[in-house]
Amino acid sequence: AAEEGGPCQSKMAGADGDDSLYPIAVLIDELRNEDVQLRLNSIKKLSTIALALGVERTRTELLPFLTDTIYDEDEVLLALAEQLGNFTMLVGGPEYVHCLLPPLESLATVEETVVRDKAVESLRKISQEHSPVDLEVHFEPLVKRLASGDWFTSRTSACGLFSVCYPRVSSTVKAEIRQHFRTLCSDDTPMVRRAAASKLGEFAKVLELDYVKSDIISLFTALASDEQDSVRLLAVEACVSIATLLPQEDLETLVMPTLRQAAEDKSWRVRYMVADKFSELQKAVGPEITKNDLVPAFQNLLKDCEAEVRAAAANKVKEFCENLPEDNREQIIMTHILPCVKELVSDTNQHVKSALASVIMGLSTILGKDNTIEHLLPLFLAQLKDECPEVRLNIISNLDCVNEVIGIRQLSQSLLPAIVELAEDAKWRVRLAIIEYMPLLAGQLGVEFFDEKLNTLCMAWLIDHVYAIREAATCNLMKLVEKFGAEWAQNTIVPKVLGMANDPNYLHRMTTLFCINVIVHCCGYPYREITTKQMLPVVLKMSNDQVANVRFNVAKSLQKIGPVLDSNALQTEVKPVLEKLASDTDMDVKYFAQEAISGECLSSSTIVDKLNT
Amino acid sequence: METTKLPPSSPSSPTTSFSVPSAEKVDGFPRRSMRRARQRRSHSSSQFRYQSSQVELTPLPLLKDAPVAELHDLFCKKLQQCCVLFDFLDCVADLKGKEIKRAALNELVESVATSRGVLIEPLYPEAIKMISVNIFRTLPPSENPEFDPEEDEPTLEASWPHLQLVYEFFLRFLESPDFQPSMAKRYVDQKFVLQLLELFDSEDPREREYLKTILHRVYGKLLGLRAYIRKQINNIFLRFIYETEHFNGVAELLEILGSIINGFALPLKAEHKQFLVRVLIPLHTAKSLSIFHAQLAYCVVQFMEKDATVTEYIIRGLLKYWPKTCTQKEVMFLGEIEEILDVIEPSQFIRVQEPLFKQIAACISSPHFQVAERALYFWNNEYILSLIEENCQVILPLVFATLYRVSKEHWNQTIVSLIYNVLKTFMEMNSKLFDDLTASYKVEKQKLKKKLVADGVQGHLHLSSSVMHIKSKSSQAKVCYNLNDINQKVFCFPSKHKHYSKHF
Repeated sequence: AAEEGGPCQSKMAGADGDDSLYPIAVLIDELRNEDVQLRLNSIKKLSTIALALGVERTRTELLPFLTDTIYDEDEVLLALAEQLGNFTMLVGGPEYVHCLLPPLESLATVEETVVRDKAVESLRKISQEHSPVDLEVHFEPLVKRLASGDWFTSRTSACGLFSVCYPRVSSTVKAEIRQHFRTLCSDDTPMVRRAAASKLGEFAKVLELDYVKSDIISLFTALASDEQDSVRLLAVEACVSIATLLPQEDLETLVMPTLRQAAEDKSWRVRYMVADKFSELQKAVGPEITKNDLVPAFQNLLKDCEAEVRAAAANKVKEFCENLPEDNREQIIMTHILPCVKELVSDTNQHVKSALASVIMGLSTILGKDNTIEHLLPLFLAQLKDECPEVRLNIISNLDCVNEVIGIRQLSQSLLPAIVELAEDAKWRVRLAIIEYMPLLAGQLGVEFFDEKLNTLCMAWLIDHVYAIREAATCNLMKLVEKFGAEWAQNTIVPKVLGMANDPNYLHRMTTLFCINVIVHCCGYPYREITTKQMLPVVLKMSNDQVANVRFNVAKSLQKIGPVLDSNALQTEVKPVLEKLASDTDMDVKYFAQEAISGECLSSSTIVDKLNT
Repeated sequence: METTKLPPSSPSSPTTSFSVPSAEKVDGFPRRSMRRARQRRSHSSSQFRYQSSQVELTPLPLLKDAPVAELHDLFCKKLQQCCVLFDFLDCVADLKGKEIKRAALNELVESVATSRGVLIEPLYPEAIKMISVNIFRTLPPSENPEFDPEEDEPTLEASWPHLQLVYEFFLRFLESPDFQPSMAKRYVDQKFVLQLLELFDSEDPREREYLKTILHRVYGKLLGLRAYIRKQINNIFLRFIYETEHFNGVAELLEILGSIINGFALPLKAEHKQFLVRVLIPLHTAKSLSIFHAQLAYCVVQFMEKDATVTEYIIRGLLKYWPKTCTQKEVMFLGEIEEILDVIEPSQFIRVQEPLFKQIAACISSPHFQVAERALYFWNNEYILSLIEENCQVILPLVFATLYRVSKEHWNQTIVSLIYNVLKTFMEMNSKLFDDLTASYKVEKQKLKKKLVADGVQGHLHLSSSVMHIKSKSSQAKVCYNLNDINQKVFCFPSKHKHYSKHF
């Protein structure tokens, strides 16, 4: 039950006897309900309420009311913060958009981060709808208030708002905004400094170049040598944007000292960040600095003492090499990068090795055939034999890069044992992953190699004891048939699949049906012989299976096969079986049999008939 | 928080969605032992990296043999010797050097602890330097990204044989009767304390234990740092609550705060009240509450004992953050409420009794018997019982309906019998009120029954026209949904249902 209808409610709706507002009165009542879920529902329908009230009353009654409810549960506040971002038209368009500022201002000071972030997001959104005058009269004062708030939450929120108003205000106000940002960058709570550091790059982008050089650089340098590593690492992110903004000749003096320092920071978190952002940094500083500075820095990161950092750097090996200046790319890779990569192949940490394995194949396109065979191939082979399945999988999943350069044959001798081992791994997730690469491998290794070495594996997966594997194996069959064609299916797959129809395990018998479903699907009408001559009889026979699951899957399969059969076969063979199943003792069998009967294939003429006429 | 993206504590390969730890999880059989074995492999120490070239140590004469005139000089040399760091992950590296340093540290500890007049001014900077060099380091990433302090073994600090002695030395240094805060404060400054606080994130409980005692001494002796220490602890907690949700030393810091709160002057400063409301109460929302709940509840109760007027903030705060799904946490909250009620002033109790007993009633009707049981235990507490008795007129109507209903419905016999006792207690407290409530409860129930029957017909008629279009849409959706449901059922889990029911 709702609490007593406050003045707001009686004023807003219902009191004037306007029946059309009755649902709105209910919604508003729910805004005050004790049950959070009801309040939440109501808040989510806020635009409906506002629409019904009209712009005038939304501004004068609903918004003040909402501003008062800011002491609610965070969930409700989050929904409110989000709604208000889309409220411009509901308060009367851009002219009145500033009415939305008071509730959003309160929401931007809330403790809960998600609420605050959402409020800032909405504020950023509606800032665009302010006219330049309104921006200075209403919006910018709000930013200032937040920036000088007592509690850290409001100052944190302010950090995200500077960049949206800066470009559209007068130069005096601009100067004030810069001053506020400077103050927040040296705030004494690390939470605010973190917020400022994370917005530094974004703010730099909207500043005039001179101010970037005079203001931003000093802030950047200060944040990058903050006492807390959580602040320093955010400065690394900003470094990318800042470096992009500056002309090449200033980079050396303004950015590089800080970046060098970050790459050798005593905290691994900062070094991790440098490694993680390496490609972006590399692009931002250009080829010359890359050659002189970043190459040694990258080598150090690849040899870092923390595995986290090495893994992040290893992930970037390919991108880094790709982006090296072309004139001496090969030489840099061969003399500086490759030796480090070689060491990483036998790293003690599996995450490092698997990060490397996920990109190392990409090097072959960069280095070309000869280098690949001489230098990279041994590394690939070593990783294919790695003790950690993830490493092997990552290599296998990227085989296509190598295939283009040297052809996969070079690898096939080592590939096979690796695949077989993964195919029999004790963890089903590993098996699942290797199945997913099968079609790709089959395509690259060719049908002969496949028939000889891999076909048995694919068939073995069909009787795996994990359902997900059997399912994936079925799907794999479909992709293989698509690749190698229906005739191949008829000769290699179908006999084996049909053989399983007599398996003592009913799960295997069901797999037969699932496989038939997909084979019918990809062979389709042109190869209906396979269906009618080989598969249909087996399916029909299985309708006598003693397990109900098999029987209703027969019904389902028949429904799928139907479209490729001619009406004669349907009427004489399929229909009687389905009718028999429709009177089965099992409910589910009946249900699916009836489904199949009422399916279009039996009631109207089939595609086959149409094609025949 | 969006603005502070910390690198994950362990790398995962972003190029494939496949990752081994999660796979093991989904597999249903988390092979903990295997995971451990793999992760036991240590990485090199962050600390060790920054020593450019290894110095060969040569043993110095013993302190106890030194002539008085040379004692300080020798002490200083030993301190300098102890600034050399060793690689402990390679356990056979430079054994001789390690032993020399260990012996030197032992001597320093003993000398500071036992002999008077050793700590003279020139030694302060040397001692603090030695301590800083040894203990301050960026803590390595956790070896176990899903480290659960309650379940998993913590990663122990490899260099503990030396580190422990350094901490011991620091502690003896602070506790020495010769210790002069006025001299120390030049070296134990804000920057030093900040680094000390960051070490509380260490996974090694032995290290955190030392840090706790040491920080406590620093707080006690260096008055100028007190406000700063409190502020930085605040920052650590706020970051823990709203940003990372990870910090190993929350319990230790709370323990220190417990005794700090004890020493607050009255009336409480606004800063301290703010700490209570904006930091301590929100700490209850943490996922890992169970690890530090005892210390947190202690701090909260300390605040109440200092100044009863904060009671209402506390209880309303707890009610705001009351766990919605985690019953284990709910039991902890109830425990804390009981601790609070144990020391509550009757005048404060009256201010919060209504919302509080609504929540308690909700707990009593929890289907989780431990929650219901914990709430019902309140009636075994004599002081709480006396408070309830004094305010029976207010409380009984709040809980009566729940008690009555749950006594008829709860699945757990213990709960049912506990409720009978509670009802009996109430009956004895105020039999008139009890009878009135019983009567009106029955009347209400009858009314409700009738209303439901009436609503069933009327409500349907009333709604039918306006929701026609919605209904037709949703019923379609429902049919589809059901079909999917059926398909899924038979596609994914056909085996057990069918097979077994048919053949066994």
